Amino acid sequence: MTSQIKTVGVCGAAGTMGAGIAIVAARAGFKTICFDTGEDALARARKQTEGFFGKSVERAKMTEADQSAALAKLSATTQIADLADCDLVIEAVFEDLKTKQILLEQLDDVCPSHTLFASNTSTLSITEIASGCARQDKVVGMHFCLPAQLMKLIEMSPGLNTSDESFQAAWDWTVQVGQMPVRTQDKPGFILNALLVPFNNDAIRAVEAGVATAGDIDTAIKQGLGYKMGPLELIDLIGLDTQVRLCEAFYPITHDPRAATPPLLSRMVAAGHLGRKAGRGFYQYDDNAMFGG
Amino acid sequence: MDYAIISHGPSRSFPDGDDFLTNAVREASITVHVGGGAEADTAKTAVLVELTTECLGVYTGEDAGKEGSNMLGFARYRNGDDPPSNLIELVRQPNSDEAALDAARAVFEGAGFQVAISADQQGRIIDRLVRPKYNDALRFLDEGLAAAADIDLTCRLGLGYADGPIERVERGGLVHHYEVSQRLFETYGTPGYAPARRAQVAKQRADNNE
Ligand SMILES: NC(=O)c1ccc[n+]([C@@H]2O[C@H](COP(=O)([O-])OP(=O)(O)OC[C@H]3O[C@@H](n4cnc5c(N)ncnc54)[C@H](O)[C@@H]3O)[C@@H](O)[C@H]2O)c1
Repeated sequence: MTSQIKTVGVCGAAGTMGAGIAIVAARAGFKTICFDTGEDALARARKQTEGFFGKSVERAKMTEADQSAALAKLSATTQIADLADCDLVIEAVFEDLKTKQILLEQLDDVCPSHTLFASNTSTLSITEIASGCARQDKVVGMHFCLPAQLMKLIEMSPGLNTSDESFQAAWDWTVQVGQMPVRTQDKPGFILNALLVPFNNDAIRAVEAGVATAGDIDTAIKQGLGYKMGPLELIDLIGLDTQVRLCEAFYPITHDPRAATPPLLSRMVAAGHLGRKAGRGFYQYDDNAMFGG
Repeated sequence: MDYAIISHGPSRSFPDGDDFLTNAVREASITVHVGGGAEADTAKTAVLVELTTECLGVYTGEDAGKEGSNMLGFARYRNGDDPPSNLIELVRQPNSDEAALDAARAVFEGAGFQVAISADQQGRIIDRLVRPKYNDALRFLDEGLAAAADIDLTCRLGLGYADGPIERVERGGLVHHYEVSQRLFETYGTPGYAPARRAQVAKQRADNNE
């Protein structure tokens, strides 16, 4: 079935993840249609993509000919009807169940019956996303990591109604585009976020409990365990508001106390200490350079 | 900075022949107790006590949050049976002597270690944070979320970890994980610290074979 995938649609292609996923598809030689709601945002994403490929050429990771070929594979649209020729549509729209369900229902009407739908959701259930759609057997979870254009890992999850054939076809496509898929069940946060969200919360609780400063916690984790980033540096990068949203997505489903929003996190968000983007989180940032901690 | 070693038994932080042991002097104003013992000595700049899963308060006594002296705890982080890491968790109490802390930091950093200061709480920094994650990973394996190799690969590729949680906890020893988690569970009582079933099985097998 892999060879039957020739054209790929990306929904939410002007967003952080969608733009990266479109790069992955186009770079591997697939005709890639970028769909989003606003033309300006799509134009901005196109510029960023050109910049990314330009850097790849500078770093000798791709030739100029490959760059032109990849860019020629990419087109952009604000009309969902333009996805009619897609064999695979990957959605990376807002992390909201209703938004994703409505999108899949619309795609059902637009796309031919063989088209596979993949969701890049981080926290929602693939089965629930697929539930309003007429082809639940052709909906799979395909969770890329940020930044999608650089990170090889994809968590692949079948929903309860996904057929083996569809799952295999989607899996084969991820291999074909040079990614590294791992299979997980359709459970909240799959593997990555199921381990990471509570772990990061525990680090916040350790600061709150006076175990150590953020700097000492990050030093211990990096030096003791060989992690590239400490949990508090990572939360500053992700954004403390995003961490709250992750907790709000997980806790009501799992009731895992470690997934509940730590009180310190709520207070810091209320105080505007959102992390790197706000210049202050667990660390203070000056022109993006980290100090203190 | 000079330090003297007082050995009470084998050290988890500094196995036999470790440079830190061989570079010690006979007499110094800083004494480092290794292998499970300690003696207070207020005449010293610092008295450093190696800890495993116990708190520093076990050696110093506690005083309603006012405790603190020239006696500090430390542990070089070690994943069970793995060789020790380069990280020293240096344990202080609320009123620990600041000169003792500075001296301890100088001793360990002078020997090439990285130092992270931790309050005298169960599990210090690393075990407090990683043990629930290992319990989760072991539970995910039981529940069929993914294969062990895929859980590990996901953490290495997706999070940039040097190794995955299953391979790491198994290499360090599930019995060790059980013992550390159980201590944390007794202290905090939260489900994340309850030793995972696979660690309980390993512990029961070890007990049966004794
Ligand atoms: N950001 C991350 O670290 C990360 C990592 C992995 C997965 N994800 C998942 O990827 C998805 C997108 O996240 P993001 O961070 O890229 O969000 P984002 O806000 O950067 O992008 C979302 C894009 O979707 C577009 N959009 C919204 N509704 C749409 C619709 N009905 N039709 C077409 N386009 C629509 C928006 O205009 C926006 O450009 C979410 O499901 C998220 O959970 C995010």
